[in-house]
Amino acid sequence: MTWNIDEVTLNSRLVMGTGGASSLSILEQALEASGTELTTVALRRYDGTARDSVFALLQRLGIRILPNTAGCYTARDAVLTARLAREALETNWVKLEVIADEETLLPDPVELFRAAEELVLDGFTVFAYTNDDPALAKRLEDAGVAVVMPAGAPIGSGLGILNPHNIETIVSRAQVPVILDAGIGTASDAALAMELGCTAVLLASAVTRAHDASAMARAMSLAVESGHLAAHAGRIPKRPLALASSSFDGMVTPR
Amino acid sequence: MTDTITITLNGERHALAGPTTAKDLISGIVDKEIGADGSPIDGSRLGIALAVDGEVIRRGQWSGFTLAEGHSVDIVTAVQGG
Repeated sequence: MTWNIDEVTLNSRLVMGTGGASSLSILEQALEASGTELTTVALRRYDGTARDSVFALLQRLGIRILPNTAGCYTARDAVLTARLAREALETNWVKLEVIADEETLLPDPVELFRAAEELVLDGFTVFAYTNDDPALAKRLEDAGVAVVMPAGAPIGSGLGILNPHNIETIVSRAQVPVILDAGIGTASDAALAMELGCTAVLLASAVTRAHDASAMARAMSLAVESGHLAAHAGRIPKRPLALASSSFDGMVTPR
Repeated sequence: MTDTITITLNGERHALAGPTTAKDLISGIVDKEIGADGSPIDGSRLGIALAVDGEVIRRGQWSGFTLAEGHSVDIVTAVQGG
């Protein structure tokens, strides 16, 4: 049931984001309920107030940190942010996020690809947040990223997986782990991602902005585990018509 | 009397009383004593990074890096996100 990145073994297939929680204590409870072992943070200017304590929180919970490059629009910005993250958080893992515009927050394919190439050359383990485009996912893999992370739907939209077929295609052609990232709204979305063959699911808003964040975190944890089990249990083929599950042999019939 | 040095710190003008190393600047900002290797002497982890004019200055170089007039300095840390 475990999976690996760079010789690091992870038991949980739920990667959490920390954005959107209304307080650090709600975040802490949600992270614990989720059972996550890998969690993203953003990098911002130090302002001396308590908002930097997400670092201390994750250290205390023993959760591995995956810094992201959220908010970057160009490869240049993303590369600098990744290098700062490596220095600040002492990890060469980075969730590479290079967005095209504020309205969709969808990845800019050209800048994303440029940044991925540069960061791979610089020794980073790149988790590339990408569009649900099988061609781009393959190009990123060929460039050497460690993980391909297609969006199910725009960040924070809760629309679920808009193009399951594309996610399935990405998974079927990938030699690296595929993590469904963004768009998850509820537990069935996370289960579907796993049933489509994803290695893990990354989500934040679906939990942190839920009315009961801890309950939703637990739901997501179960959904990811369920979906993973189902994906490898050999589901029955879909049929156009019924197939009786009770035998007709030995039926009692009235005279 | 030493001339003051003006830098841009996280996007705002910031005056230094005189020649200041990156280590001293950060030590003052986080209110912790920092060793020559760039780590707090209390054994904790800082969780911050420094860039000067868009280039990362690694923590091991902080004590040997003296800030100069006009430098644009960014100090960053982890926040909730993603």
